[in-house]
Amino acid sequence: MADKHEQTVDPHTGTATTGHEWDGIAELNTPLPRWWLWTFYACIIWSFAYWVAYPTWPLVSDYTKGILGYSERTNVTEALQAVRDSQAKLNEAIVKDSFADIKANPQLLNFAMAGGKVAFGDNCAACHGRGAQGAAGFPNLNDDNWLWGGTFDQILQTIQYGIRSGHPEARISQMPAFGVDGLLTPSQIDDTAEFVRSLSNLPHDGAAAERGKAVFQGDGACVTCHGDDGKGNPEVGAPNLTANIWLYGGTKEAIVTQITTGHGGVMPAWSGRLDPATIKKLAIYVHSLGGGQ
Amino acid sequence: MTDISTSITPAASPTPGRKRAEVSPPTQSTSMYKAREPIFPKLVHGKFRRIKWIFMAVSLGIYYLLPWLRWDRGPTLPDQAVLLDFAHQRLYIFGLEIWAQEFYYVTGLLIISALLLFLVTALAGRVWCGYACPQTVWTDLMIAVERIWQGDRNARMKLAKAPWSLDKTWRLAGTHVSWLLIGLATGGALVFYFADAPTLFMELVSFEAPAIAYIFIGIFTATTYVLGGLSREQVCTYMCPWPRIQGAMFDADSLLITYRGFRGEPRGPHKKGDTWEGRGDCIDCNQCVVACPAGIDIRNGAQLECIQCALCIDACDEIMTKVGRPTKLIAYDTYRNLEAEAHGKRAPIRLIRPRTILYAGLTALVGGLMLFGLSQKTIFEMNVVPDRNPLFVQLSDGSIRNGYEIRLLNKRRETRSFGLSVSVPEAKINVVGIDGENPPITVAPDDLRSIKVYVSVPREKAATLGATTPITITARDRDDGTETARETTFKGPGR
Repeated sequence: MADKHEQTVDPHTGTATTGHEWDGIAELNTPLPRWWLWTFYACIIWSFAYWVAYPTWPLVSDYTKGILGYSERTNVTEALQAVRDSQAKLNEAIVKDSFADIKANPQLLNFAMAGGKVAFGDNCAACHGRGAQGAAGFPNLNDDNWLWGGTFDQILQTIQYGIRSGHPEARISQMPAFGVDGLLTPSQIDDTAEFVRSLSNLPHDGAAAERGKAVFQGDGACVTCHGDDGKGNPEVGAPNLTANIWLYGGTKEAIVTQITTGHGGVMPAWSGRLDPATIKKLAIYVHSLGGGQ
Repeated sequence: MTDISTSITPAASPTPGRKRAEVSPPTQSTSMYKAREPIFPKLVHGKFRRIKWIFMAVSLGIYYLLPWLRWDRGPTLPDQAVLLDFAHQRLYIFGLEIWAQEFYYVTGLLIISALLLFLVTALAGRVWCGYACPQTVWTDLMIAVERIWQGDRNARMKLAKAPWSLDKTWRLAGTHVSWLLIGLATGGALVFYFADAPTLFMELVSFEAPAIAYIFIGIFTATTYVLGGLSREQVCTYMCPWPRIQGAMFDADSLLITYRGFRGEPRGPHKKGDTWEGRGDCIDCNQCVVACPAGIDIRNGAQLECIQCALCIDACDEIMTKVGRPTKLIAYDTYRNLEAEAHGKRAPIRLIRPRTILYAGLTALVGGLMLFGLSQKTIFEMNVVPDRNPLFVQLSDGSIRNGYEIRLLNKRRETRSFGLSVSVPEAKINVVGIDGENPPITVAPDDLRSIKVYVSVPREKAATLGATTPITITARDRDDGTETARETTFKGPGR
């Protein structure tokens, strides 16, 4: 208060004024309790103690560390390590135990399912979709229709080595490109496609399907892989043609294209990229999606 | 709402006798801060003091003894009547058991408490502050203890002024040690609400209790000692927001503690035998001021510091009886009536008015909702969450499959086994992790089990269903046949 004002006493309350006045309204000087001032000083002193104890001041390329050595980054690292340590035993058990044992142990099964779900989202969802529902060219993992087999061991094998992945253990069988390589004439391929549609009870041209059946069993030798009844063979990754579940689509055009090009997809090998426990968790998770055999 | 600010100015200036603290015009700049002026409330006797003693005894009794009350809930559960079990996320209140996902009951209790506070404030001012607030109750207790060690007001004032001596030292030491012990008991009682009291007590005295228990006892010992023993009215005046809110809660019909200036003024000393003609009933004996734990003079009208504890009423009534005048010179009254009486009329108390109807109605509504919720509490619950990705899956045989996340909550004390059924008779039910079709699902006692369930409908049936079919999933207790059903949907490719 640099300038002096006339300080008076407010007649209504008996409180002294500060002498400040605006449009006839006087400012009362109601003193603050002194202990509150001391509390404020104590807080200031407390902040100095904080500077000494905890990281406080940013420097050019560093910061003051404080004598307690507190660091949130270290805390997080330690907490994450603690989680990893606590999971280590479970992960060991996952690697060691058989699928049947894991299934019989609710704690282990829950752990495997939770881990598998996360790993699936991180590594598999890009192709197979977040709900493992697949897409054109990428198999749906929810159904009971498996290209390479749906037992736990077969799923595990597929995840470990991939399909046509270049891994020495990977399964690589390939459908011939009947059209591109001139193995069948376009009309034969057309007839075969009609026959394949008939296998799944889809609308088709009966006469053409009859002719296609002959190609399927004769010139095309499709039965070698897909079987006499067209039910496929997981040993060679031959799809079941009777289930009306299509990897590349069930329209006539899509089937013709497939017979013509013999296209086959690639799945990467995951052994070496993911640790054995994670791979096993993934296999358990995928097996649990409802199609496991 | 009538404007009450202009209604009564009790102490008409200039007044005979004592005035409010005389302030001589300052010559230099006045200080921005001032030390707390110690207050030495005098013990009063009377109706409201008695009510306050009873209230203190009951509320402190409940607070300190409740954790020790037992309540049998069977062998698997704690037998403490009131227990906040953080470890298992349960709240036990006698026969009521609130799980973490039912925490809205606690929210409801808090809402009801707030509404009741509004209602009581609208009816009779700061009743909560004056009688029931822990700050008031414990401060009252601390003052009573102080009185035991140091005597009543005059003795305490003398002791405060006296130079240090052996007598003063042991009296003050006794006071503060007693306060600390009360604080210790307070903090100690609080931790018993969070763990089994007898067990924790044995652990505490043998120094085997968890560190957190000692830390909390320490914190609450300190706060009880500082707030109840040392700070007292400073908490209400400077720290608590409630006095600022109360202005919105009162109206001209609220019963407030008021000094009837029209009857008391002009005040002045009165000798026995003098006439009462031409003067007010207030004999300026100052008993209302010395009794006040907030250290104010009620005769100056409504003040922020006043917690409406009614001790000045008792003090004044005693004096009025002595000098042979009617009591209730200071009394619970409404501003409307005070205004009327000043003009020789009367205004009856109106307890029922829009404000109180609103608060009471809201309280009844929330209470009714909670009672309804409690009556619907089951000992077995089920939640069904249908898979959203994929919505449905077509299997090799043409059947359509939907997945559901089902949570079964078994609140019984024993393991129960449940069977599932779906409102589509042709449907097949499979549970992930349990072999066989529609297997029994066991849920541990007092536990929640989450399962993944697949419901498949064969091709022929699926062809008759649309893209979305409402279905009901029912869980049946295989022991006593009780059923819980949940509506959900079955998705398909459509016709």
